[in-house]
Amino acid sequence: MTGDWDLAEDCVQDAVERALAHWPRDGVPDNPAAWLTTTAHRRALDVLRRRRTEAGKLRELTALATFDERSAGTGPDPDPHGEVYRDDRLRLLFTCCHPALPLAGQVALTLKTVAGLSTREIARAFLVSEATMGQRLLRTRTKIANTGITFRVPEPHRLAERTAGVLAVVYLVFNEGYAVTEGEGTRDDLAAEAVRLAGLVAQLLPEDDEVQGLRALLLLQHARRAARTDAAGELVPMEEQDRSRWDHRLVAAGLASLATARATRRPPGSYRLQAEIAAQHATAPEAAETDWARVVAAYHALLEIQPSPVVALNRAVALGFRDGPEAGLDALAEVEGAGRLADYHLLPAVRADLLRRAGRNEEAAAAYREALDLVRTAAERRFLERRVREIVARS
Amino acid sequence: MKYMMFVATDTTPDTSSEPPADIETWFADVEGRGKWVTGDRLRPVEDATTVRVRSGETLVTDGPFTESKDWIIGFDVLECEDLDEAIEIASKHPMARSGRLELRPFWPMDEG
Repeated sequence: MTGDWDLAEDCVQDAVERALAHWPRDGVPDNPAAWLTTTAHRRALDVLRRRRTEAGKLRELTALATFDERSAGTGPDPDPHGEVYRDDRLRLLFTCCHPALPLAGQVALTLKTVAGLSTREIARAFLVSEATMGQRLLRTRTKIANTGITFRVPEPHRLAERTAGVLAVVYLVFNEGYAVTEGEGTRDDLAAEAVRLAGLVAQLLPEDDEVQGLRALLLLQHARRAARTDAAGELVPMEEQDRSRWDHRLVAAGLASLATARATRRPPGSYRLQAEIAAQHATAPEAAETDWARVVAAYHALLEIQPSPVVALNRAVALGFRDGPEAGLDALAEVEGAGRLADYHLLPAVRADLLRRAGRNEEAAAAYREALDLVRTAAERRFLERRVREIVARS
Repeated sequence: MKYMMFVATDTTPDTSSEPPADIETWFADVEGRGKWVTGDRLRPVEDATTVRVRSGETLVTDGPFTESKDWIIGFDVLECEDLDEAIEIASKHPMARSGRLELRPFWPMDEG
């Protein structure tokens, strides 16, 4: 009758319960068996009607469960080219990154269901207990169910803004891995996971220039990971990195994504501009051969669409290389004048570096000490201390 | 899914020069599509009365129960397919730009 055994059984059960409630009050109907069938049938229609809107939710739950199972195995990529699978993954991505969910929940659920990490792995990456992360995942899933977030790709006119939300999550995961904000060590796993996620998003939305831009950016930055630390685990600044240790396979893949983004002929977005900058570094055979004019131009354009003091700080660094350290210091003074990065250690660290290049050693040492008061990671602290020692030895 | 949409004021309204949305157009659309269940404007907070019972005593006070600069000034009950549809409807309400809207799903009676 209903083609859904569980539903039919539930409804008959329900009809019997109703009979028990109604018959004593209204009297036993002339044909009790027919009454039961009709009631069960009506009830089934009700439930089906309600379930039709919930069908998306059911599909989503099934998909979430399936992905959890897949991820428990060798990895979440058994059939990346299957159309249905691809669409399901895209829907899953947009569901996990729905803007109505708290950001930390979006990140956790994306890593769990799209990237296929275990709760324990995610907990470790975000420095919280497994129980805390389990709670966060549960709360996020509960909100999806309770608020009626359905398992689907957004309407075309919402696609751009919702894709931006997905990219923000991927970027955040990468940055968590790239620069640990507190304590010791780097979390390459998380960065590698973000690179993989960016690849997946690019596979799902290949024509989106910002998707390709983000993938390019992450690949180009990730390509440098081996060279970012020396044998002793100390940070190596980019200009001193051994460029033969950069992963040239990743660089090539990043440049290919960047070319795809450029080919859309859309005005460049913030990820693409950052990728353009990363590409200048990646393709310079030596630090001294970096095309700083192009880097500065890209920072100018980035500042237009993303007027943030951190971008302005980076532009000051680039200007310092293009036009000399004094020009960099002038640009930096403007950033400092705005007063929005008061407790940011990179502000005095950049000033120290520019002063060091300008040969103003005493001022440089003072600025490095200022940065040391604000720095939060041990690796960066040791790097700044090394610079102070170098300056003291020189003067 | 049924949603309560609270309509509230906001201290930082939209400053863009886009032409304002029109409530009549909004209403005709949601009503016409059968998405609107009920809704109304509410008298200002000066006319609010708060009631509590503590140790058997009914305490009646003047004013709303939250101290806030933003006030609920109306509500709509919407019947939508899902949250995205409710967001779509909310985003077209004129108060989405001059104030803010809060969507809260109904808690079904048969759920604990």
